[in-house]
Amino acid sequence: MSSTGTTLKHYFVNHDQQFDAAKLGMWLFLVTEILLFSGMFVAYAVYRSWHPEVFVQASELLDWRLGALNTVVLLASSFTVALSIHFIQKGENDKVVVLLLMTLLCAAIFMVVKYFEYSGKFSHGVFPGAGFEPHGIIDGKDYSTYDIPFAPQFFSIYFVMTGIHGVHVLVGMGVFVWLVTRVARGHFSPQWYTPVELTGLYWHLVDIIWIFLFPLLYLI
Amino acid sequence: MSEGSHNYLSARKGLWSWLATTDHKRIGILYAMACGTFFLLGGILATFVRTELGTPGETILDQDGYNQIFTLHGVVMVFLVIIPAIPGILGNFVLPIQIGAKDVAFPRLNLASWYLFMAGALMAVFGWLFVGNVDTGWTFYTPYSSGASNAVLWLTSAVFVAGFASIFTGLNFIVTVHKMRAPGMTWNRLPLFVWAIYATGIVQVLATPVIGITMVLLFLEKLMQIGIFDPALGGDPVLFQHFFWFYSHPAVYIMILPAMGIISDLMGTFSRQQVSGYTFIALSSVAIAFLGFLVWGHHMFVAGQSALSSIIFSMLTFLIGIPTGIKVFNWVATMYKGSVWLRTPMIYALMFLFLFSIGGLTGIMVGVLAVDVHLHDTYFVVAHFHYVMMGGALIGLIGGLHYWWPKITGRMYNETAGVIAAILVFIGFNVTFFPQFFLGSRGMPRRYHDYTELLPNFPEFAPLNLVSTIGSYILAVGLLMILVYALYSLFKGPKAPANPWGACTLEWTHTGRLPDEHNFHETPLVTRGPYDFRLADDVFGPKEED
Repeated sequence: MSSTGTTLKHYFVNHDQQFDAAKLGMWLFLVTEILLFSGMFVAYAVYRSWHPEVFVQASELLDWRLGALNTVVLLASSFTVALSIHFIQKGENDKVVVLLLMTLLCAAIFMVVKYFEYSGKFSHGVFPGAGFEPHGIIDGKDYSTYDIPFAPQFFSIYFVMTGIHGVHVLVGMGVFVWLVTRVARGHFSPQWYTPVELTGLYWHLVDIIWIFLFPLLYLI
Repeated sequence: MSEGSHNYLSARKGLWSWLATTDHKRIGILYAMACGTFFLLGGILATFVRTELGTPGETILDQDGYNQIFTLHGVVMVFLVIIPAIPGILGNFVLPIQIGAKDVAFPRLNLASWYLFMAGALMAVFGWLFVGNVDTGWTFYTPYSSGASNAVLWLTSAVFVAGFASIFTGLNFIVTVHKMRAPGMTWNRLPLFVWAIYATGIVQVLATPVIGITMVLLFLEKLMQIGIFDPALGGDPVLFQHFFWFYSHPAVYIMILPAMGIISDLMGTFSRQQVSGYTFIALSSVAIAFLGFLVWGHHMFVAGQSALSSIIFSMLTFLIGIPTGIKVFNWVATMYKGSVWLRTPMIYALMFLFLFSIGGLTGIMVGVLAVDVHLHDTYFVVAHFHYVMMGGALIGLIGGLHYWWPKITGRMYNETAGVIAAILVFIGFNVTFFPQFFLGSRGMPRRYHDYTELLPNFPEFAPLNLVSTIGSYILAVGLLMILVYALYSLFKGPKAPANPWGACTLEWTHTGRLPDEHNFHETPLVTRGPYDFRLADDVFGPKEED
């Protein structure tokens, strides 16, 4: 048992067992996350296969440049998280704090971009569900011409998928804030850094889901 | 072995020691109290349903009242009793001890699961009592549910929240079985109950998130009309059914697999014999968990899916019969040339064999395409799934509760009362549900509050329904009798020995009358299989020299 706050719970035999159990549990949780999103991906696939031309047309209203920016931002945050795990294993906690703060910053940028995307859509009547009533002109696109059957389905799926993904980003930000304070207070060591590793796993999943959302919604 | 002052019940005192406990055994008891209450509620609702149907015409409920009562009966029994009960009560109490662990891998998550479960239950009850009527059936089919009262929002949220309780319970058990086994507790020395709970955990982890997202989409459909499921908005109601049954068919195996695990343990212990085909029973649980994901379409033969899909789903459905048959035959073979000891738990195990076989075989019948078109949405289906869910899952639970009762409470119940109640349950159950096979095959539809208009063509509906209702009262008396002698045993029952059944698994051989707070003083070293009665010198004393 090291002096840096690591605790072996009484029901584990040793630290390896405790770490392995936590990691397996986290992987199983990530599996449930993938299945949670899979329902939405299936809904996307079904409606796309039924109305491909509508989906192609409706996706024109999503700005691929903003989507691409967010993709780069999230990829960068995954990189900083991976580095933070690397440095916590080496015990360089100062670097870990900086890297986690950078991750937090990236996540915040992602949400700000998302905010502008959403509010831009809302201001032109592009709502999920019953409020769908596109109007106005942006970038030479007349929104009212997108008021076609099954375009609401595209935007419902867009808002639900990116919305639930956004909730995951917000949850991740909360966890990073908690994690940064613990790292700064020296709670972790090369012998025990389980929460950093598990949060990293979670964050990579959030990233991977976006990697699929971006092309499916914005590009094709 | 400890006695008296140091067991898990006496180690800490006070209400808070229960509400904040991370002890898997106490969490099991929390689940027992919650599920027991919901079972009583669901049972009372069931007697309302049967009383209404007992005689033609309006008896005690009008049609709206009837629709609400059967909906609530279904929601309560499925989501608040059968799905959580065996993993929550017996899985929690027994599994960690059976593998020689001091607790589950994540005790705090375990407690959180119980609170999530209770939160879900309270949301359902709140929605029902204060928000509005729910008469959608437990299946929440769209577009009916998306147009129903706002109470649907509460019930779908309740299912979502309670679903996470189920996910975390399954996740906890999978990690516990992988990482927490005692030295010598190899995979082929796991009690079959552990194998069953493990397979259940896989289904819980893989299937439950899908009902979660389905409930989210249904919630949004109702709240914002997102148009995914509602045909009036361009949505597809059959897609909802696909989503719903992608969870809810595997959920059937979340309900039955743990009961199968209990039966395996009971067969071994009360036959005093190595469970026949141990490996086959263990792996057939995993096979059922896997195959269970490939058959959801058999709920939708008449819902408008393609003929090709229906044929494939029908064929895959038949495959489920193989691992299930393997289990049934091996249980029978376990008794063969065994020394069968007919105590109350074993009576329930035999009851399970009989009732579950009827339920399983009628399941094959409704899996046949042409037959299902005739039987779909009739009382035949109602009878079939009650034989599986009640005759299988709940009878398994009741048998398991009788078996582990002395270990949980430290006291014995009255054996004679146990046998009488078991006989009443058996008679009551069959009198209730067997006539429903006839009713269904003659065309009596399910979910109707009255059948007066059908009587001119089907006069037999009246006597068959009356018999079924009388049976439900006998069943209720039997179940209430269990409640009475269980409560009596809890306070006045004679103290149980540490191993009253002469069982060979660790929870009986390596703990005292009541287990310690941390289960074992020393981590057990396992040197034999769970049913190796020949090697169990610690139970039966050294073998006599010939």
